[in-house]
Amino acid sequence: MIALNINGQRREVDVPPDMPLLWVLRDVLGMTGTKFGCGMALCGACTVHLDGQAIRSCMTPVSAIGQAKITTIESVGATPNGAKVQKAWLDLEVIQCGYCQSGQIMSATALLDTNRHPSDADIDAAMAGNICRCGTYPRIREAIKRAAAEG
Amino acid sequence: MSENPTELTRREFFGLTASAVFVYGFHVPASGAGEPAKDAAFAPNAFIRIDDQGTVTFISPQVEMGQGVYTSLAMMVAEELDANWSKVRVEHAPPNAKLYFNPMLGVQATGNSNSIRAFWKPLRQASATTRACLVEAAAGTWKVPAAECRTQEGKVIHDRTQRTLDYGSLVTAAAAITPPKDVPLKDPATFRLIGHPVKRLDTPDKTNGRAKYGIDARPPGVRIATLAKSPVLGGKVGRVDDSRARALPGVRQIVVLDDLVAVVGDHMWAAKQGLAALDIAWNDGSNGAVSTDLIWSRLREASKRDGAVAKEVGRVSDVFAQGDVATAEYEMPLLAHVTMEPLNCTVHVTPTSVEVWTGTQVMTRVQGEIAKGANVPESQVTVHNHLLGGGFGRRLEADMAYDAARIAKQVKGPVKVVWTREEDIRHDYYRPAYHTILAARLDRGRIAGWKHKVSGSAVLARWLPPAFQKGVDPDGVDSAADIPYDIPNYRVEFNREEPPGVNTAFWRGVGPNNNVFAIESFMDELARSAGQDPIAFRRAHLDKVPRLQAALDLVKQRSGWGTPLPQRCGRGVSAQTSFGSFLATVVECEVDEAGEVRLKRVTTAVDTGLPVNPDTIAAQLQGGLIFGLTAALYGQITLKDGRVEQSNFHDYQMLRMNQVPPIEVHVIRSAELPGGIGEAGTASAVPALRNAIYAATGVALRRMPIDSKLLAKTVRT
Ligand code: FES
Ligand code: FES
Repeated sequence: MIALNINGQRREVDVPPDMPLLWVLRDVLGMTGTKFGCGMALCGACTVHLDGQAIRSCMTPVSAIGQAKITTIESVGATPNGAKVQKAWLDLEVIQCGYCQSGQIMSATALLDTNRHPSDADIDAAMAGNICRCGTYPRIREAIKRAAAEG
Repeated sequence: MSENPTELTRREFFGLTASAVFVYGFHVPASGAGEPAKDAAFAPNAFIRIDDQGTVTFISPQVEMGQGVYTSLAMMVAEELDANWSKVRVEHAPPNAKLYFNPMLGVQATGNSNSIRAFWKPLRQASATTRACLVEAAAGTWKVPAAECRTQEGKVIHDRTQRTLDYGSLVTAAAAITPPKDVPLKDPATFRLIGHPVKRLDTPDKTNGRAKYGIDARPPGVRIATLAKSPVLGGKVGRVDDSRARALPGVRQIVVLDDLVAVVGDHMWAAKQGLAALDIAWNDGSNGAVSTDLIWSRLREASKRDGAVAKEVGRVSDVFAQGDVATAEYEMPLLAHVTMEPLNCTVHVTPTSVEVWTGTQVMTRVQGEIAKGANVPESQVTVHNHLLGGGFGRRLEADMAYDAARIAKQVKGPVKVVWTREEDIRHDYYRPAYHTILAARLDRGRIAGWKHKVSGSAVLARWLPPAFQKGVDPDGVDSAADIPYDIPNYRVEFNREEPPGVNTAFWRGVGPNNNVFAIESFMDELARSAGQDPIAFRRAHLDKVPRLQAALDLVKQRSGWGTPLPQRCGRGVSAQTSFGSFLATVVECEVDEAGEVRLKRVTTAVDTGLPVNPDTIAAQLQGGLIFGLTAALYGQITLKDGRVEQSNFHDYQMLRMNQVPPIEVHVIRSAELPGGIGEAGTASAVPALRNAIYAATGVALRRMPIDSKLLAKTVRT
């Protein structure tokens, strides 16, 4: 049994230690908000927070997590920046198919958590790991600025 | 945005903050979508159901893959129904070709950017008829003439006696009324929803993990499977040694079929690990020698043949006999779709039924392929559609359903088959490679004769065989046979040549991608040889297409066209009427000494007719343009020894945040019939970028994707 702290709850899972967190969330715990896109840390669809930092859950073995607090898209709205990001996303109609957006929102929230007023270059650096096949990048950029402006 | 009276303003795009507060009303039932009306409900047609609480459920024949149709089609329904928007819900339609066929395609399918165009009349007609029944029901209750009643926000109102009735209270009476025929539609000038900014219904749940895509289906007891097909396309399974895989924790079953091997596990990790632990010997079959070079040499050889004539106006041969003819050959590569949501399909086969959970653009075809794969009658197959994590044409195919059904037939209980990204890319149905030859003769700066010959795969011949007539694939010549330019003599030919061993399919932008690229590249080359400005040259050939002239004028004004740029920077234009939208795009780029291209700015102007949900138009153009720019810079599937060489995002690259420039979209105010918009941007981006590079470097690229080696160290001419 491996004990994890997910969205403030203690969850015990009986899985191989090398199993990536992504599949524990999706297939074992049924938390399907976190998405699979590439499985190789190339696309960012699987982004979650580990102690507030954006990480790719598809390449993070559960055994490496220990006591770190995991936050997923299902509860990021409970954090101040997560809520601002979600709202800005809707206000500016960022989303198209939406499949990448869990990851985009997690990366954007982690950015704002460490940088209250990101520049374009900061946004590029924080978001370049998140692919959006629908091409919502211009609106993601605007929405991050909008969320930052909410103070 | 702008103060130009011909353009939509910022307020018309986004509305005022206050008006943007709509109640979100999207829900996807776990099952039973599109079920017949319950007792206290009024369901006069396949699209609309109103319950006694006044909730209007729109059963959408078109699927939501990001293009916003659940909202824009619901707006069309709510408009003619005078529904209360906060009480409108959307459900996915079940497979039923009779009820939910797309009038422009003849099958139940979402594609070719035609959802609004195809359903503009039928959905509004169905809604207006429904409204008429509700009015008659109220008039009957009040014993007043129906003509004295009006409707607004989900109520019938009789002004003279100041009485109102909610739609919900009228459903029983309305259900008893025979729907009248030929109910008039609203005058567009009176639209309250259509043309006004409305928040999308599907997006709130996409911000919090609640939205359900096919890949998120979890019927009780579901196991997860992943599969491998022969690396050599079309190869078969030889021998499989599964001893190591079976020993892995969580691995439950190995399914070996003629052409694929799947590992079923408790979770995707077990399935993936199990697959990696298999020792599979494949029989390569006949495609082991297929390579990119072979495909191109065959296609180039085929292009020397005369093609089947798709269009002939005047006599090109006479014009060409008069002297100089410019010719150019353009080539487009095979491309993968790479929807963000990898292919997947969940299937539960029982002795008496098959239940399916997936996201598809072709519901009835999935039903058919499942029936075939599970070897049961179609009537036993229930399909639950989901939101699609991207379609782009990939989900106009049902091969994944067939594979999943064959696997599920061997498995007890439900199984979700999930493709790895690698399998998704290596076993796609690819956008065809095309070879296009253009020839033209200029006479005093005008095009006097034009010949356009496309060689490539005929996707429609496979996908919709009756559409392929006399050797012409209408998609293959789309935007070529109906070229917008006024040319007195022209001829368009199509030459079918299928790539050996490679499946081809529709891809965002379909036929126009290839033709607009070739035409618009050639137009720039002709403009240069005529010594004319690229926009002026196009404009001079568009006197009969004032809507495209207007788009060109606007994009010229908004893009800073003609203003000086630094060395090795350039602007390029493209113009098109594809999908019924009049679109002009200017791309500005910089090419560095090493030949690397940097995007600086993109400006698009469009007349897409009456806009239904204006911001959706802008969003679709932005996304479509980026899709095209991505293809121009990176897109290419190559084969070696019968194997696709690309496998994931490291070798099949996407544009990323740091590479995407500002993209401005200007929408021209229009009362014309709505056009299609989902794919238009994709087709326009590629030639506009190509022409920007031409302006920056003088290099006339003729093949996509852009080969930076050809652009290194050249100087601006
Ligand atoms: S799925 Fe983890 S980065 Fe793509
Ligand atoms: S919204 Fe579709 S992939 Fe980003």
